[in-house]
Amino acid sequence: MFRHELIEKNAILMLVLTLLTVAIGGIVEVVPLFTIETTVEHVKGVRPYSPLEARGRDIYVREGCYTCHSQMIRALRDEVERYGHYSIAAESMYDHPFQWGSKRIGPDLARVGGKYSSDWHYAHLINAQSVVPESLMPHYAFLADTPLETADAVARMKAQRAVGVPYSDEDIANAAADLRTQADPSADNTDLLKRYPKAVTVPGDGKQPTEMDALVAYLQVLGTMVDFADPANEKPRQ
Amino acid sequence: MSDLAIGGVMPVAHAPARTAVVYNEAVVRKFTIAAMFWAVVAFLVGVVIAAQLAWPQLNLGLSFTNFGRLRPVHTSAAIFAFGGSALFGTSLYVVQRTCRARLFGGEALANFLFWGYQFFIVMAALSYVMGFSQGQEYAEPEWHLDLWLTVVWVLYAVVFIGTLLKREEPHIYVANWFYLAFILTVAILHLGNNVALPVSIYTAKSYNFASGVQNAMIQWWYGHNAVGFFLTAGFLGMMYYFIPKAAGRPVYSYRLSIVHFWSLIFMYMWAGPHHLHWTALPDWTQTLGMAFSVMLWMPSWGGMINGIMTLSGAWDKLRTDPGLRFSVTAVGFYGMSTFEGPVMSIRDVNSLSHYTDWGIGHVHSGALGWVAFISFGAIYYLVPVLWKRERLYSTRLVSWHYWVATLGIVFYITSMWVAGIMQGLMWRAYDQFGFLQYSFAESVNAVHPYYVIRLIGGVFFLSGALIMVYNLIQTVRSPSTARREALPAGVAVAGE
Repeated sequence: MFRHELIEKNAILMLVLTLLTVAIGGIVEVVPLFTIETTVEHVKGVRPYSPLEARGRDIYVREGCYTCHSQMIRALRDEVERYGHYSIAAESMYDHPFQWGSKRIGPDLARVGGKYSSDWHYAHLINAQSVVPESLMPHYAFLADTPLETADAVARMKAQRAVGVPYSDEDIANAAADLRTQADPSADNTDLLKRYPKAVTVPGDGKQPTEMDALVAYLQVLGTMVDFADPANEKPRQ
Repeated sequence: MSDLAIGGVMPVAHAPARTAVVYNEAVVRKFTIAAMFWAVVAFLVGVVIAAQLAWPQLNLGLSFTNFGRLRPVHTSAAIFAFGGSALFGTSLYVVQRTCRARLFGGEALANFLFWGYQFFIVMAALSYVMGFSQGQEYAEPEWHLDLWLTVVWVLYAVVFIGTLLKREEPHIYVANWFYLAFILTVAILHLGNNVALPVSIYTAKSYNFASGVQNAMIQWWYGHNAVGFFLTAGFLGMMYYFIPKAAGRPVYSYRLSIVHFWSLIFMYMWAGPHHLHWTALPDWTQTLGMAFSVMLWMPSWGGMINGIMTLSGAWDKLRTDPGLRFSVTAVGFYGMSTFEGPVMSIRDVNSLSHYTDWGIGHVHSGALGWVAFISFGAIYYLVPVLWKRERLYSTRLVSWHYWVATLGIVFYITSMWVAGIMQGLMWRAYDQFGFLQYSFAESVNAVHPYYVIRLIGGVFFLSGALIMVYNLIQTVRSPSTARREALPAGVAVAGE
């Protein structure tokens, strides 16, 4: 008959059995998500973030926006009515890291893009209570005064490419120009839109983008990439 | 009698001849001081950010004082700094006592564990306020700090396992099973969730290897088991040593310890997906997570029963030993949280509770009621032993701490229940015409009073901890009795 004493008297045996016991759950739940193709159903429109949006996303992560805002509309009637079409896996496939969040002290942001004007976002980030009196959001005026660090934008894109974001060589070669263009309403954004469809040009001063410009560019693209009215997206490819 | 094992099954005759072992208690003393220091820091930052949620002007609009950067300071200080230091300290104490062996690796290695871990904590906190974050909950430190923690953690495992291997006792005591599982699993989780590519070797910024849905699953596999192993298994180790010790009774059931240990560590690892119900995570994964979360109720209550029933025959001690009162109340809160958790993991309940303050309340009934209380109980027990004092400076102050802190928890969790359920109901409420009844902003407004009550609860809890710190300082300052052989009274749990 099995006696637990065997394990209790042998530290190495206990160690090995413990490792085996705790390994199973994670393996069963995680590994198939990388191998089963239907986990992420590819849809039209999902693209990597433009250089400015990507830098804005870094700021979103840095400031801990995920501590108060989710980016995951659940498949529930009221959420779809409040925020829009429920989030699908493909929409965050280039998100390293994912920012689905776990708490809504403020509203979900998965589809905040295009819901408000860029000017509204600037005003709201500088002083949230000036546009939403009930808001609990801190003031982010300092972002408007901080010039965006652009020197390492290419290095950041390359790092993201290395972990799986499909930036082309062309995307990377044009990163510096795209970054400036998107924060300059007077610039010609034809090339930018070719590479990054639906990228929203934010009202920067045309010289040096600020961190605020980048963050607003990111917020304005959230949830807008996929056109759910497009019948091509009815039956997602795998 | 001192060779009694759990449930009294270990044959006394097998015990080898007793030799005097000089334990390394210096490192335990250091971790005990650190645990109390970080407890105050964690509760204080918690009070600050709770106040910010009640009155957002308190964010001050400065980058490093804003909620988004301070919230990880609070969670890391509570879990890793306070909880971690308490776990390091008690595990190194318990493993020596129950193995009747001095710590493996010598003085220098033990001191490295202490300073290396404290360095990690300080650097992590500084990095958050300076704006470095991986953006994954409870795994915010960037890659260079992750590497440093890996070094410290591997050495921690070496010290702990090395001590187990050189033990003089034939059996490994049950508390050590839990500490061992905690150390091993946290290592796996930490490595699994922090695979990231730095932008360059000179920059702190990195990008996680996984993205989107896979990243989410790995993160909550990590996140939920940070709860399961850091905040549960480790502290169950604490329970299995300090409750029998303070109660002077052997563990209630040896068999229950075995069943509940293996089933707990097996099932916890599956429960992560309940953080991702109704999301873009595939249904099969959600369902698995829910099923195991519900099943997890049983091993959790197995542990609770084993802890509480250890008191049978010694319930009178609760009147005279307020330190023990903390430990037993902790097990009560553990039972409550581990019932609430499975309920919240059911998909339909979760559709209401997720994203709301109910989750915050649930976490705090576990973190304050279970983790902090079981640590307080252990530290109240340890300080007189470690500093060779006959007794605590004042048991009256322990009582005060107990009631102030308990009241604080009640304020905290009840206000968050009300706020959370109200948010959930408001978000899904429809008016008579079939439109959503409330704007999001209205739900923010509605919870304001409960945020103030939560803040009051936090202030109570912090005040209790300050009473404790004062009491412990006075204990250490009181004249040494140097009669540690006589301390503490009561039956030994193993090998002492």
